[in-house]
Amino acid sequence: MSFFDYFKTKKQTSASIAKERLQIIVAHERNTRDQPDYLPELQQELLEVIRRYVAIRDDQVQVQLDKNDSCSVLELNVTLPENER
Amino acid sequence: MARIIVVTSGKGGVGKTTTSASISTGLAQKGYKTAVIDFDVGLRNLDLIMNCERRVVYDFVNVIQGEATLNQALIRDKRVDNLYILPASQTRDKEALTHEGVEKVLNEMSETFDYLVCDSPAGIEHGALMSLYFADEAIVVTNPEVSSVRDSDRILGILQSKSRRAERGDDPVKEHLLLTRYNHERVERGEMLSIEDVNDILSIPLLGVIPESQAVLNASNQGAPVILDEDTEAGQAYEDAVARLLGEERELRFLDPQKKGFLKRMFGG
Repeated sequence: MSFFDYFKTKKQTSASIAKERLQIIVAHERNTRDQPDYLPELQQELLEVIRRYVAIRDDQVQVQLDKNDSCSVLELNVTLPENER
Repeated sequence: MARIIVVTSGKGGVGKTTTSASISTGLAQKGYKTAVIDFDVGLRNLDLIMNCERRVVYDFVNVIQGEATLNQALIRDKRVDNLYILPASQTRDKEALTHEGVEKVLNEMSETFDYLVCDSPAGIEHGALMSLYFADEAIVVTNPEVSSVRDSDRILGILQSKSRRAERGDDPVKEHLLLTRYNHERVERGEMLSIEDVNDILSIPLLGVIPESQAVLNASNQGAPVILDEDTEAGQAYEDAVARLLGEERELRFLDPQKKGFLKRMFGG
């Protein structure tokens, strides 16, 4: 840090941007890491079925598999658009 | 029984072969009988880095397919005692590394060697999976850069789910992070991820930090593992990494910024 740096406006460094982006994508990929291969296809087909009734975007359906000791839970989250009610 | 160490990264060009060459040389220098095995079938380069490209007669795939014995294929290093190189095949495709074949060769080598260092190809295809499957320890080579860190995390996931230790439910593969091409001055300026940043994301024990150095290219030009360049920071940093791999405690070195003069500190630069 040089003397004149104190007068510059504080700007986020590219390294800190890199770290933030990595933390988000790595956390996301770790979540999907242990999931079975059929999940993306399942999600796609569910989307198609729901779209027959409601217009939704790709990211409005989330499918996730959570494993506990004794059982697995398939969690399905559908966000419906506001004006469709 | 040999200890099997895979040098892996996911991403290409981060320093896997450079690291395999230096780590295996370092282990042999410490008196351990060590072999370094090239798993990059079709794109072998360990022979060049180890300066034995003109001595290759038989290769890993020849041994797997019974066309040569292990002793015929192993190349004894001319500089360091206890060090042997098993080159990859340049002509066959990667499928030639069968599961049973690799296991058979590694088992045979395990009887006489202390350490087997497996140099993984880039990617997560067959050759890379074979190189890590039998590992007891993994050195994950990472550059302080977004794509390399992300790929390293992916490789860690594969080590934790697809290695033999994972499949058998044994103790997990022991993971080590080796940060290479580290430029402390760029980290200081906020232009490069720091050791702490990478650690926060990958959170595996740090084996060493190799500073970005002209010595690495210089060494590969000449076919001498950079660890033999004892006067260079990169060579010494690899020596430290080998010592840590063997359980020694060593401080990180070469991370102090160059001493700047008063004027430079005042006016930047």
